[in-house]
Amino acid sequence: MKGVISSAERINALIIRYLYLLRGSWPRVIELAYWPTVQMILWGLINRFLAGHSDWIAQAAGLFIAAVLLWDVLFRAQLGVSVVFLEEMWSRNLGQLFVTPLRPWEWLTALMAISLLRTLVGVGAAAGLAIVLYRYSIFTMGLPLIAFFFNLLVMGWSIGLVVIALILRYGLGAEGLAWALIFAIAPISGIYYPVSVLPGWLQPVALALPSSHVFEGMRILMIEHTFSWHHLQWAIGLNIGYLLLGSLVLMWSFHVARQRNLFLQLGE
Amino acid sequence: MYACNCPYNWGPVQKTAVHIETRENSFPGLIVPEYGESMSEAAIEVRHLCKVYDGVTALDDVSFTVPRGKISALLGGNGAGKTTTLAILLGLLLPTSGEVKVLGEDMVRHRYRALGRMNFTSPYVDLPHRLTVWENLDIYARLYNVSRRKQRIHELSELLDLGVLLRRPSGSLSSGQKTRIALAKSLLNHPEVLLMDEPTASLDPDSAERIRGYLQDYQQRSGATVLLASHNMMEVERLCDEIHILKQGRIAARGTPRSLLRQYGRQTLEEVFIDIARGQPA
Repeated sequence: MKGVISSAERINALIIRYLYLLRGSWPRVIELAYWPTVQMILWGLINRFLAGHSDWIAQAAGLFIAAVLLWDVLFRAQLGVSVVFLEEMWSRNLGQLFVTPLRPWEWLTALMAISLLRTLVGVGAAAGLAIVLYRYSIFTMGLPLIAFFFNLLVMGWSIGLVVIALILRYGLGAEGLAWALIFAIAPISGIYYPVSVLPGWLQPVALALPSSHVFEGMRILMIEHTFSWHHLQWAIGLNIGYLLLGSLVLMWSFHVARQRNLFLQLGE
Repeated sequence: MYACNCPYNWGPVQKTAVHIETRENSFPGLIVPEYGESMSEAAIEVRHLCKVYDGVTALDDVSFTVPRGKISALLGGNGAGKTTTLAILLGLLLPTSGEVKVLGEDMVRHRYRALGRMNFTSPYVDLPHRLTVWENLDIYARLYNVSRRKQRIHELSELLDLGVLLRRPSGSLSSGQKTRIALAKSLLNHPEVLLMDEPTASLDPDSAERIRGYLQDYQQRSGATVLLASHNMMEVERLCDEIHILKQGRIAARGTPRSLLRQYGRQTLEEVFIDIARGQPA
């Protein structure tokens, strides 16, 4: 029991550390909501324009707004994990952290909690503004929204773990991956169009991503007003596999870091 | 394989003749002592430690002990292996071979059993710049599960004269102030073992002297074991009960400051250091 309390205290310490960081830096707070809001405004206007020109778009009010908000859940979740890690590297704090009794799993739990917090603030602000600007509320999706949200969150974490592993292994020279890697999967995630639009050979690749199943499920919900359990099951199954894979890659990276003294010599 | 003369490869420890005395005249030149059961009295035990990076040997069959309640130094030039040794002692770095125990715990397999009872300070790591000194100390107090955190931070604030600094961002401090904060962080959990990498590097003489005073004071009050890596001879001579001099990843000499001076027939440790660096015999 004492061990559980100690672990909770250490996880809490890292969350508080991040809140201290936000409290002392208004640009960081603005950054949380800035990009989701800009994206939402842009795609809201496109949605409004296309709704008058496309029967498909006209069937579902706010289709693109919902899509961009959910995409930002994935993006923010991934950034939430990897940028918080980068903050430790930028401040040369990693070596100090890992000579405390902090276990890697406690550190990961804290990163994920911070990621959840960042995502809720960033995407929540944009979702609220969408109601004001476009009279579209993503919350009208109801309970399925929770399933979509958590699946994208977990997928973002998995990608974030791989990004951390690569930065830990290759140093700050690889930090661009924190922003760039996730965009490699954007074209095949079916965010704004169905997976069936993709070339035949690419569709199985797309359907190997939890995000594709989430966005397919979202469209089915918004256009056909039914919830696809099939896509949900696929998304959950794939997410379990990817989270496991991401954790293994990170554990490997930790091992390499302990072999090469990377915790004390991180840099470009 | 590796260019390492490591005779010890994670096999069982041989309980041979015991030789762990650390007082004057206990270190016959370059002879590496054997280790035995009474090493359990040691706070730090390093046995036949080797570390090889990409074919380059950073540590080659290094063995030493630090008895509980003593201040010892790892002395050596740049690249001698001091920081590598400390990183292995902290469990941040895996040895190629050999064994490392701190407070009786194997730091490769069970480092979490010891990490809460030890601490570390180094110029190669830093505290987040944007956070205030108070916030940084608060976070580390939580990470070490320190009870009565506020009281402990206030105690250290008084001890290290941090009062006016507590509300300032850590990034806005001078080198001397940062070193004091780093020392405060390293004392938060009342460490039984304190590892310090170049504790007064880049400090002016006055600040360095104050840090040495704080450190000595803490050690005398708490009875903690301190291992510091340094190439500041005056510091080592003033603070340390015993010295292990590293050269190219090997222990080149060891003993008390006085025994080393006598052994090499020199007046200062700096002269001893230069003799060893240039390969002059004792």
